[in-house]
Amino acid sequence: MRVIKPTGTPLTFTFDGVQYRGVEGDTLASALLANGVKLVGRSFKYHRPRGIVTAGSEEPNALVTIGTGPSQEPNVRATTVQLFNGLEARSQNAWPSLKRDAMAVNDLAAPFLSAGFYYKTFMWPKAFWEKLYEPIIRRAAGLGALSGEANSDTYEKAFAHCDVLVIGAGPAGLMAALTAGRAGADVIVADEDAVMGGRLLAETFDVDGQAGADWAADAVAELAAMPNVRLMPRTTVTGAYDQGTFGALEEVSRHVPRSDAPRECFWRITAKRSILCAGALERPIAFPNNDRPGIMMASAVRAYLNRWGVAPGKAVTIFANNDDAHRTAVDLMDAGVKVAGVIDSRADVAALGDYPLYTSGAVIGTKGRHALDSITITHAGGTRELRTDCLAMSGGWNPTVHLTCHMNGRPQWDDAIQSFVPVEGAIPGMVVAGAANGQMSTAACLQSGAQAACAVATELGLSPVADVPSAEDDPYRIEPLWQVDGKGRKWIDFQNDVHVKDIKLSAQENFRSVEHMKRYTTQGMATDQGKSSNVVALAVLADATGRGIPETGTTTFRPPYVPVSIAAMGAGSQGHGFAPKRLTTSHHASVARGAPMIEAGLWYRPSYFPHPGEATWLESCNREVGYVRNAVGVCDVSTLGKIDIQGPDAAAFLDFVYCNTFSTLKENRVRYGLMLREDGHVMDDGTTARLGADHYVMTTTTAAAGQVMTHLDWVSQALRPDLDVRFASVTEQWAQFAVAGPQARELLNSVLDDAVDGDAWPFMSCGPVSIGGVKGRLFRISFSGEHAYELAVPSRYGASLFRLLTAQAEALGGGAYGMEALNVLRIEKGFITHAEIHGRVTAFDIGFDRMVSQKKDCVGNAASRRPGLLEAERPQLVGLKAVDPKDKITAGAHLFVEGADPVSANDQGYVSSVCWSPTLGSHIGLGFVADGPNRMGEHIVAVDHVRGVRTLVEVCHPVQFDPEGERTRG
Amino acid sequence: MRLPCPICGERDRREFYYQGDAVALDRPARDAGGAAWDDYLHNRDNPAGETRDLWHHAAGCGAWIVVTRDTVTHAVSGAKLVGAKR
Amino acid sequence: MGYSGFKVIKEGLFGQKGWKPVWRDPAPKAEYDVVIIGGGGHGLSTAYYLAKEHGITNVAVLEKGYIGGGNVGRNTTIVRANYMLPGNSEFYSHSLKLWEGMEQDLNYNTMMSQRGVMMLCHSDGQRDYFARRGNSMVNQGDDAELLTPEQVRAEAPMIDFDNVRFPIYGGLMHRRGGTARHDAVAWGYARGADTRGVDLIQNCEVTGIDIEGGVVRGVQTTRGAIRAKKVAIVVAGRSSQVAAMAGMRLPIESHVLQAFVSEGLKPIMPGVISFGMGHFYISQSDKGGLVFGGDLDFYASYAARGNLPMKEHVMDAAMTLMPSIGKAKVLRSWGGIMDMSPDGSPIIDKTDTEGLFLNCGWCYGGFKAVPGSGFSYAHLIATGQHHAPAARYRLDRFRTGAGLMDEEGTGSQHNLH
Repeated sequence: MRVIKPTGTPLTFTFDGVQYRGVEGDTLASALLANGVKLVGRSFKYHRPRGIVTAGSEEPNALVTIGTGPSQEPNVRATTVQLFNGLEARSQNAWPSLKRDAMAVNDLAAPFLSAGFYYKTFMWPKAFWEKLYEPIIRRAAGLGALSGEANSDTYEKAFAHCDVLVIGAGPAGLMAALTAGRAGADVIVADEDAVMGGRLLAETFDVDGQAGADWAADAVAELAAMPNVRLMPRTTVTGAYDQGTFGALEEVSRHVPRSDAPRECFWRITAKRSILCAGALERPIAFPNNDRPGIMMASAVRAYLNRWGVAPGKAVTIFANNDDAHRTAVDLMDAGVKVAGVIDSRADVAALGDYPLYTSGAVIGTKGRHALDSITITHAGGTRELRTDCLAMSGGWNPTVHLTCHMNGRPQWDDAIQSFVPVEGAIPGMVVAGAANGQMSTAACLQSGAQAACAVATELGLSPVADVPSAEDDPYRIEPLWQVDGKGRKWIDFQNDVHVKDIKLSAQENFRSVEHMKRYTTQGMATDQGKSSNVVALAVLADATGRGIPETGTTTFRPPYVPVSIAAMGAGSQGHGFAPKRLTTSHHASVARGAPMIEAGLWYRPSYFPHPGEATWLESCNREVGYVRNAVGVCDVSTLGKIDIQGPDAAAFLDFVYCNTFSTLKENRVRYGLMLREDGHVMDDGTTARLGADHYVMTTTTAAAGQVMTHLDWVSQALRPDLDVRFASVTEQWAQFAVAGPQARELLNSVLDDAVDGDAWPFMSCGPVSIGGVKGRLFRISFSGEHAYELAVPSRYGASLFRLLTAQAEALGGGAYGMEALNVLRIEKGFITHAEIHGRVTAFDIGFDRMVSQKKDCVGNAASRRPGLLEAERPQLVGLKAVDPKDKITAGAHLFVEGADPVSANDQGYVSSVCWSPTLGSHIGLGFVADGPNRMGEHIVAVDHVRGVRTLVEVCHPVQFDPEGERTRG
Repeated sequence: MRLPCPICGERDRREFYYQGDAVALDRPARDAGGAAWDDYLHNRDNPAGETRDLWHHAAGCGAWIVVTRDTVTHAVSGAKLVGAKR
Repeated sequence: MGYSGFKVIKEGLFGQKGWKPVWRDPAPKAEYDVVIIGGGGHGLSTAYYLAKEHGITNVAVLEKGYIGGGNVGRNTTIVRANYMLPGNSEFYSHSLKLWEGMEQDLNYNTMMSQRGVMMLCHSDGQRDYFARRGNSMVNQGDDAELLTPEQVRAEAPMIDFDNVRFPIYGGLMHRRGGTARHDAVAWGYARGADTRGVDLIQNCEVTGIDIEGGVVRGVQTTRGAIRAKKVAIVVAGRSSQVAAMAGMRLPIESHVLQAFVSEGLKPIMPGVISFGMGHFYISQSDKGGLVFGGDLDFYASYAARGNLPMKEHVMDAAMTLMPSIGKAKVLRSWGGIMDMSPDGSPIIDKTDTEGLFLNCGWCYGGFKAVPGSGFSYAHLIATGQHHAPAARYRLDRFRTGAGLMDEEGTGSQHNLH
């Protein structure tokens, strides 16, 4: 009910399909209360009717779903949704309707559904868990539902840096920001609310002789005018991390219908200092049936009244153990709302106004099915029933210590305020001020905010001045009251339906540790993470186990402070945004030729180049293999890592990083190199060319280019700083193309300015060439076993060179070839890729043990000599050939002796690479077989259970085509 | 988490690649024997407290650095280039 | 006290007054046959199987905090036996069989839910690797299916197949894999061990290991000295510190692994799904929370909490794989301390000290190993002989190079497994 005429623009919205009116500035919760809507949700376990309890992000009950289609957002707290025109909100976890929820039957079975009951049953019959019990439980559980559609909203991530991050813009935060800002610090002020001011917006206190809300507005205006201050409303600091890093979630446009701006932005804020002014959260009292809609926190009642002009009831009662709650009565009466009584648990307390006061009082029962009708109280004068539709409760305040716990800080008990306060230094660089630090009066908040800002600004070398306005400085008087005896369940965790008896049962069953209690009862594990309920639960556990609250301890608050959408923290990564794309210079030409482009790490490479009439990839692949074997093929190999290495000690450096020797390599010659990890296993392979006495260019595999570069940095800086060598990645500077096949030289000579011949350019030679006046490099190397070259030009010429080479190749009866053909060509020749050197193999395993020079040290040399890495029984590289050439071999199949059961005990090895070899007219492969080199000619069975394939194969030498290498050298 | 690169200044952890304990700087001789190499490659003090470990400023200057750090609090007390005298 | 549906109803009718403590809180005795250091999942299951399989009940489990407070209470609850390499293959196969009979064996509902574990592949090479792995699983007697993209889509329609940076080439499905209620596993083993006479001693930190002449004699604790014929270390997250009390330097580096849970949601996730091109895997709890995680933060840490870069990477991967969960909200994140070993596989072995045993190095695979690890460790402690499924988990494999189990193929750098 709106008791103060609103000034904002009228808005309309719907809740469960019913249209209501609100005004600009409302939250969904304030608008619902203004319309007299009390029942807003159902609890998790017992589906009990629940209403709005708080006015902030700590709300446990009022969770709704907003939006439709891909914008459907479940589990939104009505208390933090800014109302906008056309907002559609729906209740959750109720069927068929919120009022008549079938699952409310759970509440009747509640006596049997005590804490942890599910651990003790549902075990028989064994198969029924997955088939019967669990599906029922899963359907019943859960709160809201996702739409099932892919996200279609925009989210954003951003970084920000500042001298001082002020978290929370209540009286302490505003004062801290003013003080730091006036001193010249770069300040960011983040507050979860749309309007800054904190409790000043919800109370009727004066500051500096003016209304608190007006003072706050002036302070915000002053801050907004400072160029060194950045105000971030609707921004919740969600986590505190190392070295002054904070996560924060900004609602950018969730409250703006049809906006082009991001819905939310996840900020990474780096601050030299931070001041936590997050205030305090009021906690409930566990009295019988304290969960009916209409029972809410006293501070929330004041907030709805003073900020939004809404009275949550017509006849309000108040139940409290502290002075603070009496303000609720005064404010209500000032607004003309009837106060039916204030029940104060303390004996010695006086009324602040003309309302019925019941001292030594307690609420021992409540009535009302979907909303509160009446309460039963005891007090110094006896027992009586009061008619009331809204009960405002206050068990005291808990400082919002959450962020100070994110780095394992443990808050400490403060008897004076009967709650936990942060320990100093819990977050390096952070000072806590205001109610978050246990300062409960407005004056104390202002004072401590200014002090905190002075302290951090001074540390930053500034000269701050504290100029603190006057404000109320009433003492905060409280007597502990956690639970009230009486018939009925006394709820603590409203959302997860944990009540006092659950906690007592957990103690009875010896789940006495606070962590055990939490895990056994699910206390504090709901969407509010126990923000208002945890301290009450601790007190009840302390009582049940005969310990004090400090000895009972606390559970740990962990990030995030409020739930953060996955879309916000993962902004930008949906679809193709997840990883950058690397494209070769021939990419567009390949796409134009219809080549399917496949991912190779971050790169895209052509799979094959289809021709008209080819029905399958295999037909294209076979044709492309034929180009290379019979004419000439062209393939872009630019994705291989290229590292330029120079310096007087370049040769010695390579001798150290490769297991074989490069210092003996002559200039203008190329050598295959094998690189080991320090643990003796193969890291990578490739060719390295000596371009000059002190100048090499190394190639790596596509996959390992980054790893090798990091490794070279490591070796150079850490292990061999004595060597004078420098290197740089030039992968992207050079476009490089393989030209392979019997007519490779003919093709080259049709494009090079100066022809190459066999004598000057033997196999494994290299040198400078010129193409149309462009200086390039030519390497006579082969990954296909054919007479082949790789031609490199600066990348800006790559696209045109690819066009030229493919055109010339086609004129010679060849053409471009892709990854499929490249794979076939290399398997026919027994050349390895990371399918073979997959990180678990040694040089010994791939038959290259003799390459590990024992005349010198190198990375991995010592470890590669470990006896276990040289055992004959290790699976070692072999070629595999289908005994019946038409029988397909599959990669990943395991190898077994003929007749042996295909079980682990008989495992002889596995198949690593396979292809149909059009050259050999057979299915062939590479694999690893125990003692492989000594089993040539043996027939073994490749068993692929998961593909349902069994193939009889012959173990053979890995090089199945042209074993003498005549074609390569010819 | 932020780390002080001796060349670039304090930078976000995202810019760094982590290798492990700085024991990797003390590479044994090739013939030091199996136990020495086992210690070098595998065994670690693994302190709960101050440690020296190796980071590569991969998305920055490319320097390998030794960071002195607390493994319990994540407090960083210093960093130097691996080439600097240990 | 036996648990049953009947008992639950009876106690419901009589105000739950009959439930007894699930375990006692005994004071430590002066001497035990076996002292187990560590009251986590592995320590509790070791105690249980020592009592049940070997009749050794004069056993104490010493826990410095509360029972089940380590990684068994802070993981993503996944159970699977989808390993490739000899050693791991037989061990996890055995462990999975124990999972399948756990609830009836313990008379405790650990909510083992075999809704399948599906790993996605994104290239031909990755699919071939999964085939090799799947074939290892079938060779071992476990289940594995290589799914086509269409089959993956049928299993998990919430995955984005149409607008993706890394298309899905298929998946390796392990239907007997799934999830369990992690705390319940610790409590179920604790209850089973306690019932058989094992003393579970909480808030008892071991401060020293007494060794005389190469033979273990007992331990020093914050609750006094305790003599023991055998001492078994099983303290993932603190292995290096406890082993150092016996003069050992372990091949272990401690790292933080983060995990996440969302608010409760109506069922959307069929089983466990893991992405193959980034660090992300996910399942949904019975309560409705999406439970998900990624990889290590990659720096050595005992803080049991992580930083933003890995959190964001996990969310990035989630958004590219299944953008339909974008509006689910992360409710809580936490971290556990992982014993990272040089090959990513664990150690269950004797030590050079007679009577002192070591169980460590579970990396982030410890939860699914809880029954198997306890069973095999108990066998080793009781008989002095390696239990066959865990016989390859030797400490000396790093020195000799024989029998390394590097599933990831990343080599001896601890944090890369």
